[in-house]
Amino acid sequence: MTPGSGPGRGRHATAAHRPASEPAPAAPAVPELSVPGPSVAGMSDAIVVEGLVKRYGATTALAGVDLTVAEGSVLGLLGPNGAGKTTVVRILSTLLVPDEGRAEVVGLDVVRDDDAVRAAIGLTGQYAAVDEYLTGYENLEMVGRLYRLSKAEARSRAGELLERFDLAAAAGRPAKTYSGGMRRRLDIAASLINRPRVLFLDEPTTGLDPRSRLAMWDFIAELADGGTTILLTTQYLEEADRLADRMVVIDRGQVIARGTADELKAQVGGQRLELTVTDAAVLPAMVEALRPLAVDEPLVDVQAKRLSLPVSGGAEVLAEALRRLDGSIHQIFDVGLRRPDLDDVFLALTGRVADDVPTDDEQPAEPVPTGGAR
Amino acid sequence: MSSIAATLSDSAVIAKRNLIKVKRVPDIVVFATLSPIMFVLLFRYVFGGAIALPEGTSYGEFLLPGIFAQTIVLGSTTTGASLAEDLQKGLIDRFRSLPMSRSAVLIGRTVADAGLNVISITVMALTGLVVGWRINSSFGEAVAGFLILLAFAFAISWLMAMVGLLVRTPEVVNNASFIVIFPLTFVANTFVPLESLPTVLRTFAEWNPVSSVVQAARELFGNTSPLAPAPEAWSLQNPVVYTLIWVVGILAVFVPLSVRTYRRTAGH
Repeated sequence: MTPGSGPGRGRHATAAHRPASEPAPAAPAVPELSVPGPSVAGMSDAIVVEGLVKRYGATTALAGVDLTVAEGSVLGLLGPNGAGKTTVVRILSTLLVPDEGRAEVVGLDVVRDDDAVRAAIGLTGQYAAVDEYLTGYENLEMVGRLYRLSKAEARSRAGELLERFDLAAAAGRPAKTYSGGMRRRLDIAASLINRPRVLFLDEPTTGLDPRSRLAMWDFIAELADGGTTILLTTQYLEEADRLADRMVVIDRGQVIARGTADELKAQVGGQRLELTVTDAAVLPAMVEALRPLAVDEPLVDVQAKRLSLPVSGGAEVLAEALRRLDGSIHQIFDVGLRRPDLDDVFLALTGRVADDVPTDDEQPAEPVPTGGAR
Repeated sequence: MSSIAATLSDSAVIAKRNLIKVKRVPDIVVFATLSPIMFVLLFRYVFGGAIALPEGTSYGEFLLPGIFAQTIVLGSTTTGASLAEDLQKGLIDRFRSLPMSRSAVLIGRTVADAGLNVISITVMALTGLVVGWRINSSFGEAVAGFLILLAFAFAISWLMAMVGLLVRTPEVVNNASFIVIFPLTFVANTFVPLESLPTVLRTFAEWNPVSSVVQAARELFGNTSPLAPAPEAWSLQNPVVYTLIWVVGILAVFVPLSVRTYRRTAGH
């Protein structure tokens, strides 16, 4: 995918399936989130992870991860490439055994009760794990049979899911002929055969074109509305913002933040007044004029002819700012109040920009041999 | 469902899946059968005249059991390459996340590959009949001859399963197995009588299980000449027993080892 063809980073394009975000609290004092301490397991948690450590030789993939996912909710597990997201999913889906710590899915230990865990979960990995030579229908029937459904059950379930994921017309074609979006849908359908209580989606939209991504979001939101507990990993901040009830941000194998999208944004700071001018020369004068409104140091980007001012308050701040700039109003190209988005969160937390728009070599559409496990 | 019944049922589902691929990609069968036909014709007509055989043996009869063995041993490398491909494409992850039997993916794979070997051995036998190969034994012995060939290939399949799960790249599996399988099938009595080999190679060839499986097949098909010198090595005097020891030995080691590797193998 070329940069820029992805979904817009702004919040505007988001037709919410989840409740629209409430305004952030003025003071960024939200408990629980700044220190990634252990979370307390409640009765209604479908996933409980405590002190998870996984090493590969000298590399530590996970350095003590704690998280919980409430029954019926969606957790977004965010982080850049190599942060450890996939390792968490692999451990929770019993593909990997952790070196330290423990993890429970629907109250079952992923190491001790691995068979029972597998019967309760669905997994959609990073690459669409469908058999290219089987038709869509045969793929689902096979997975159904492997879940030990009877032939008749496996067939009716396959038909039902093909219908639901808009694949009925392609049901009789080998999956080799499917587009990337269709394969991904077939993969998710396969993980739903057994009506899992918990679904793991590892970067479900990576490599999809924008239209397929939107369709996938609708399917995921529908599943969440149906009460399935979902753990979703993603590099797309917009994706997490849109689908997840709560988020956990990990980097280098450690949780660096957790909370709702609003809490995370509040942690970075409240809203900012952003102003773009036609001539950078007027910026210093504007900074001086607006300084009384700022709650923190203003940022000036001469190159972009932009001024960013941390403020508190709503539209009246904007009105006041414009009054103060009355003399040079014709110099203003664009002005507005902006709440921080998750890109800002990530930048503030890690000092790096999230790999929001992965380049081709980072996220191949086709699996690549990697030799060692990741 | 009892665990054995469950394993059998899961293995059948996987074997069916693997055989559907053979049906959808006819090239697999075409190439699995074309190359043995090519070998039969090349050796029969190009090298056949140049290879000195004991009196009373026709090269057509001598050659075919050797070609059978070489082809199906090469055919069992498919097991490794296919598993590596499944790993690469994330299918092994999918299977490992299902509450299915932990050995079914490997059983289904090796059984399907044995099925493929049945197809190639049938084609080769028919080609052989055209170029002068004959079965000079009883029906029961002939069946035993085919079975011992297939059993040996099945054992090699399990060895290759392990290789595929460890190597993880289909192309590398193919190349690596060629390097091993070619010498194994050529430094043997497959195409030439052992008497023609220099001492060191000859000793290796005598104890090479490929030689014993070929010798066993020749005896069971009645393709040996009473005038040929009796083999000196125990392995070739008792080729059926020696071959079965290898089959059992390989399976005893590589079935548990491959299943264990599978259970711990994660893709990407």
